[in-house]
Amino acid sequence: MPETLQDTLKDSLYLPQPARILDVKPMTQWEKLFKLELPRGVSLGHEPGQFVELSVFGVGEAPISITSSPSRSNGSFELCVRRTGDMTNVLHRMQPGQVVGVRGPFGRGFPIERMRGKDIVFAPGGLGLAPLRSLINQVLDERGKYGRVTLLYGAKHPSELLFTDELKQWSERGDVDVHVTVDRPDENWKGNVGVITTLFPKVQVYARNTVAITCGPPVMYRFVLMELMGKGIPEGNIYLSLERRMKCGVGKCGHCQINNVYCCQSGPVFAYADIKALSLSEALT
Amino acid sequence: MGFRVISKEALGRMVRSLQQQYRVVGPKPVAGEFIFAEIESADDLHLDYTQTVVPPKKYLLPQHEEIARFNLDGSVIAPVLDAPPTVILGIHTCDLHAMQLLDKVFGSGYVDQHYRKRRENVWLIGIECLRPCTPHSFCKSMGTLTASDNFDLHLTDLGDEYAVDIGTERGEALLQAHAETRFATDEDYQHLNAVLTEKWPRFAYRLDFDVSELPSLMRMSYHSKLWEELGKRCLACGSCTNVCPTCYCFNVQDDVDFALSVGTRTRNWDSCQLDEFAIVAGGHDFRPTRATRQRHRFMRKGVYQTDAYKLLGCVGCGRCAQACLVHITPVDTFNQLYHDRMNAAEAKK
Repeated sequence: MPETLQDTLKDSLYLPQPARILDVKPMTQWEKLFKLELPRGVSLGHEPGQFVELSVFGVGEAPISITSSPSRSNGSFELCVRRTGDMTNVLHRMQPGQVVGVRGPFGRGFPIERMRGKDIVFAPGGLGLAPLRSLINQVLDERGKYGRVTLLYGAKHPSELLFTDELKQWSERGDVDVHVTVDRPDENWKGNVGVITTLFPKVQVYARNTVAITCGPPVMYRFVLMELMGKGIPEGNIYLSLERRMKCGVGKCGHCQINNVYCCQSGPVFAYADIKALSLSEALT
Repeated sequence: MGFRVISKEALGRMVRSLQQQYRVVGPKPVAGEFIFAEIESADDLHLDYTQTVVPPKKYLLPQHEEIARFNLDGSVIAPVLDAPPTVILGIHTCDLHAMQLLDKVFGSGYVDQHYRKRRENVWLIGIECLRPCTPHSFCKSMGTLTASDNFDLHLTDLGDEYAVDIGTERGEALLQAHAETRFATDEDYQHLNAVLTEKWPRFAYRLDFDVSELPSLMRMSYHSKLWEELGKRCLACGSCTNVCPTCYCFNVQDDVDFALSVGTRTRNWDSCQLDEFAIVAGGHDFRPTRATRQRHRFMRKGVYQTDAYKLLGCVGCGRCAQACLVHITPVDTFNQLYHDRMNAAEAKK
């Protein structure tokens, strides 16, 4: 009987399963895309917005969002990883054929059912595109179920743009409104210059029927929220994927707590209306 | 069902009998303090102890606990579930209450098998507290001066004998297999009632308000100026959480053998008071000040755990107050918040 990766937690919540690295694709100076394969007969069974706990054995474990979409998982899945800590620095030196560990998928993902029939605004900043790409590709693979789809993507520098091939494909499809901006251009950059909020005047949506999804560095949220609300998008339709130190992934270790909720259990995706209703004043710090 | 009575000599024999099958741990005097440690002989027993430095939580959630072993190449990944059969003898009622919370934390949502296996292999024998243990304890205010119903057996000192309350079937089985007891007589009932009645006034209410108001008080006090004051004093040493019977936050760490071929994964106690607790790999700190970290700790104790588990996160043992080098105490903190609130309400009139 096929089992999901979650089923393998029946003996221990903390026991990773081996995952073979199939492919490593350098993306920027800091990010690489890892394609991983689970043991035969085990499926990831994830939804966009969820994350896995990724282990490099002997180094450690950290939460990484799943960047591939369920609609495109053929026994493998992808993680876009920035090298920034102990584990990710070692991971970046690993080669296809080597084995890492994965647990999960954990957390509550994006509200894909609620999004159907709606106009969609994706507003990722920097590495925030990684978790959103899972959702974007899911949406594009069933494009007819959605209204207008807009992607606003901001990065610090052209060299830090992620998934540039896919950005090009998405903008060439004709049914996605793609806008990319960088804070600091280089001499070859011909696109928008400025922070992500400078893109919002280009958004043409029916606000009351729009779902907006954002993910990025903490400093970005309050400005993006102002823009989204300024367009008239209801707070209950604005979703944020929050970063925290989700060490255990199962609501025990305490590191990811935001006031009285665990980000790894109640999130990492939160509706802005819920953040307000639950008085999660630590959410946007 | 009534209670049983066991003589103090018979309890000593019970300990010896239990030792044949179980690790028996209890309060032992070490360097002028009490700690929970293995009882080698019945003479070690100090059931009239004041308070242990660290709570018996360590038998359910060890300070360092190996949870997995692996080969570095990922070819072997095996869980480690280590749970030696253990009888904890002489648990104060506050610590029993704390274990009740831990049971909920590790048994709710994703069930933590490592904790569960230990819990299944640990027998809890409580001891009724007859006098205040330290100047910092405030169990009476927190409603923990009476045992919670998670004990297997619970003892009350009647002088030459103990009254034995049976809490569970496994507790009764333990008693039948290892102890000589007798059923309580009318005289024993009178004796027990007298002891419990005499004990109650020995303990003081130390909160200036009823504990049922604590969660709402904490919720209203989120933006109190007191957190900044505490933050200025706090050394961020983590002593308070280290000795807390209800704290359970942990970190996970890998260790590798000298040959770089096999490794172990260990979970270790962690503390929300330490400056790296909420930092993510990119460097952003989601709780960057001592003030916000102290607030988080007190919020967890006073309201967050009742939100999540319907149990208070503080059992009034007072260990954190005892351990704190700058005299931050829960009694002072809760009372200060209460009076600030009252004064603010008064000023509005």
